[in-house]
Amino acid sequence: MTNEPAASPTDTPVDVARDVSTPATRGWWARYSSTSPITLTVLALILGVVIGAFIIMVTSAPILDSWRYSFHHLGSIGSTLKLTFDTVAAAYRAMVTGSIIDPTLFFHSISTGQGWDQTLTPISETLTYATPLVIASIGVGIAFQTGIFNIGANGQAILGAIAGTAMASMIHLPMIVHLPLTLIAGILGGAVCGMVPGVLKAYTGAHEVIVTLMFNYVVNAILIYVLTSTALQLPGQSNDISRNFDSTATLNPLFGTKSGLRVSYGIFVAAAVVIFAIWFLKRSSLGFDFRITGANPNAARASGINPKTIVLTVFLVSGGLSGLAGIVQAASTTHYIDGGFLIGSAGIGFTAITIALLGRLQPIGIVWGSLLFAALGVGGRAMQAATGIPLDLATIIQSVVVLFVASPVLITEIFRLRSSAESFQLANKGWGS
Amino acid sequence: MRVELKGITKRFGSFTANHQIDLVVEPGQIHCLLGENGAGKSTLMNVLFGLLHAEEGEILVNGEPVRFANSGEAVRHGIGMVHQHFMLVPVFTAAENVVLGFEPTKSFNRLDHKTASAKILELSKKFGLDVDPDAVVENLPIGLQQRVEILKALSHDAELLILDEPTAVLTPQEIDALMEIMRSLARDGKSILFITHKLKEVRAVADVITVIRQGRIIDSVAPTETENQLAALMVGREVNLIVHKESTELGDVVLELKDVVVRDDRGLAVVNGVSLDVHAGEIVALAGVQGNGQTELAEAISGLRHVESGTISLRGHDITNHTPRQILDAGLGHVPEDRQRDGLVLSMSLADNLVLNTPRRAPFARRGTRNLGAVDDNATVLVERFDIRTTGIDANAGSLSGGNQQKVIVARELSRPLTCFMASQPTRGLDVGSIEYVHRQIVNQRNEGLGIFIISSELDEVVALGDRIAVMYAGQITGIVDPSTNREDIGLLMAGSTVGTHD
Repeated sequence: MTNEPAASPTDTPVDVARDVSTPATRGWWARYSSTSPITLTVLALILGVVIGAFIIMVTSAPILDSWRYSFHHLGSIGSTLKLTFDTVAAAYRAMVTGSIIDPTLFFHSISTGQGWDQTLTPISETLTYATPLVIASIGVGIAFQTGIFNIGANGQAILGAIAGTAMASMIHLPMIVHLPLTLIAGILGGAVCGMVPGVLKAYTGAHEVIVTLMFNYVVNAILIYVLTSTALQLPGQSNDISRNFDSTATLNPLFGTKSGLRVSYGIFVAAAVVIFAIWFLKRSSLGFDFRITGANPNAARASGINPKTIVLTVFLVSGGLSGLAGIVQAASTTHYIDGGFLIGSAGIGFTAITIALLGRLQPIGIVWGSLLFAALGVGGRAMQAATGIPLDLATIIQSVVVLFVASPVLITEIFRLRSSAESFQLANKGWGS
Repeated sequence: MRVELKGITKRFGSFTANHQIDLVVEPGQIHCLLGENGAGKSTLMNVLFGLLHAEEGEILVNGEPVRFANSGEAVRHGIGMVHQHFMLVPVFTAAENVVLGFEPTKSFNRLDHKTASAKILELSKKFGLDVDPDAVVENLPIGLQQRVEILKALSHDAELLILDEPTAVLTPQEIDALMEIMRSLARDGKSILFITHKLKEVRAVADVITVIRQGRIIDSVAPTETENQLAALMVGREVNLIVHKESTELGDVVLELKDVVVRDDRGLAVVNGVSLDVHAGEIVALAGVQGNGQTELAEAISGLRHVESGTISLRGHDITNHTPRQILDAGLGHVPEDRQRDGLVLSMSLADNLVLNTPRRAPFARRGTRNLGAVDDNATVLVERFDIRTTGIDANAGSLSGGNQQKVIVARELSRPLTCFMASQPTRGLDVGSIEYVHRQIVNQRNEGLGIFIISSELDEVVALGDRIAVMYAGQITGIVDPSTNREDIGLLMAGSTVGTHD
């Protein structure tokens, strides 16, 4: 039976009427209680923190013991609550002060003018981690906007890093050409790696998800192979470790090597990528083609856009940015690569997929998402050092945020947000048949 | 059966689809519900059939107030509905489809085919609806499939039959047959609620016409009203249904098809040797029942489908199997059959959609950088010139009504230099006001000397617009006739007969 309402959404004047009430014309409360992406993400973060607190409670032996005791001696409930609160607060305080800034140190530095390095270390670390994440996530985001699921960013980043490392360590040039050439080699390495699934998809119809995903493993093997080959291996070593970058090919710390702050000129590369991405998606003809293809491939074809060209160029751009992320990571931190580069939890290419979705594929959203993930990672380590609560808590918060952002209905239900669009849909479906 | 709707109000969120609707259907009456798309006709019928629940108002069947929790209860009260899209199982026989859900069984729950067939034959005889009970539904023509649907409703002892846009998919002959069936059912005392937006049909068959507009009953009138009066009631303003065409000089051939063969996705040659010329300054209309190869022909001309053999040329340039980009640049304007699938990106702004196939052309872009100012200016001008109703040029194309979406495509295509303008089903799903508008634009372009190729399964449209009418059946042109040709004869050509072809 049809339960299609007579007024199909696109055929009625209602839609125009609904569209008039954009958030801009409503009050702040209405804006809060509507389901804007920013609201949703912030609320997801709050839920992540609350759930994280609960997990700290149930996994901390002293807290559990204290609760057990309090069930028998009700008078001690106050101290139990205090212990619980203190533990959770200490954990989160460590996380915030370890990833952004410690107010005590900050005021000390302000008043004495001393110790700025120590004060700024947390934020510097967060920015250092966020830099390659931003670049890789934007690469993934551009592909996703085109409707291409590039799951191979990690492999592309590794191949980019391999190409960049070769350029940085085997060729010797003045910095003004060496550093750009290193970065370009990274871009090309990633682009070449992206072209393989691109060509396969464009000319044989192979599904990019399978090919890119599997190619990550191929690249891992390539990494080990080249790191044990005489060309790239650090001379005199039998381990899988590369030669060191020439000092003319590294992204140096912004405040000099002596400061101890690792944040490097890489953030300017990331900023350039963000600006490029904003321009590319909004203002470039190719970016427009990408967006049309992503939003409606049929209309794209009918409008004269060649789907093969689009697939190939998407993989060039997305792979190139992933490759750039890989070389920026190596050139700004270690100045060499080894067999563990971007493996496991360090696999920025995989985190980039999550961040791209969290940032709703928009460059600015991706910047915030990268900062959040980097801060949780850096802060998590600080928390582990300070309180003994494992780093996994940070991962749990990250996961909860993504989970809730991916299912907005949960958020709207938990926070009882009203959402005109949703209730409209419910009205249709609820009385359907 | 007498059915009365009293003060029915149905809302979706803040939108009122039906507002205080009062309607009475008398026994043996053919009651037409006339209204534009989105006027609230189908919502009202879904309320009556128990698929939706009204916030206010009541339904009286033979004077008794009833409440239908679902469509099953409506069926038990003698209400049957034939949906616009048939609800039949294609691989079952007509008899099996009719008894589906209420199957007569023999021992061990075996289906009793004999009783089922007998039941159909009895119903067929009683109401004069000829259907072979053992024919598999997917092999039946659409008109007969519809009869199976009607039989199915009648088999549940329906006293009121709701027909939702039943003529949309039929040939003229099938429409005539359906109307005859409706009349004979009415003579037997059945009540019929006939939903449509086609003026000719209502006047031919209705006893009472109720016009509904924006969810409200506007008026109940007799079928003696003129088409223009009905259209004005439906749209809310005067509408000119006659397309005025000046005589123009025929120019050069702008679109030439020679023995074109095109295969569909299954590999069947659905366009099988089509040859046709379109001259500058004329409208050639391709008539035919949907599914006779018109869709594939249009795709082949616009470069979206491979041409197996034959040639297609635009003003003498061979464009056979060129890319869509090359064909667009060669000056083919194309309004695709499915505007939301092929013509628009609904999630993008109106301004972007208006440059969808010319994004790199000056002044919209320079060396790979889009000039958003020029894109917006273009949109502002076209919205004004083509009277596109929107909240602004930044509104998503998806927020526009169907008619305005079509205007966006027409505006986009007509705003660039063209050699030939091809429109597939240019007014499908549009309301009378928008149809009038699109037709006027097309004729204006012809008067200015553009060659125009219209593909339409609406005979009214074909006759109104075409200077020459080509009829397509089973992948071939069965005849090219003058628009003054008897509609019966065009109908015969559409059904595959070559008898009665006039030149």
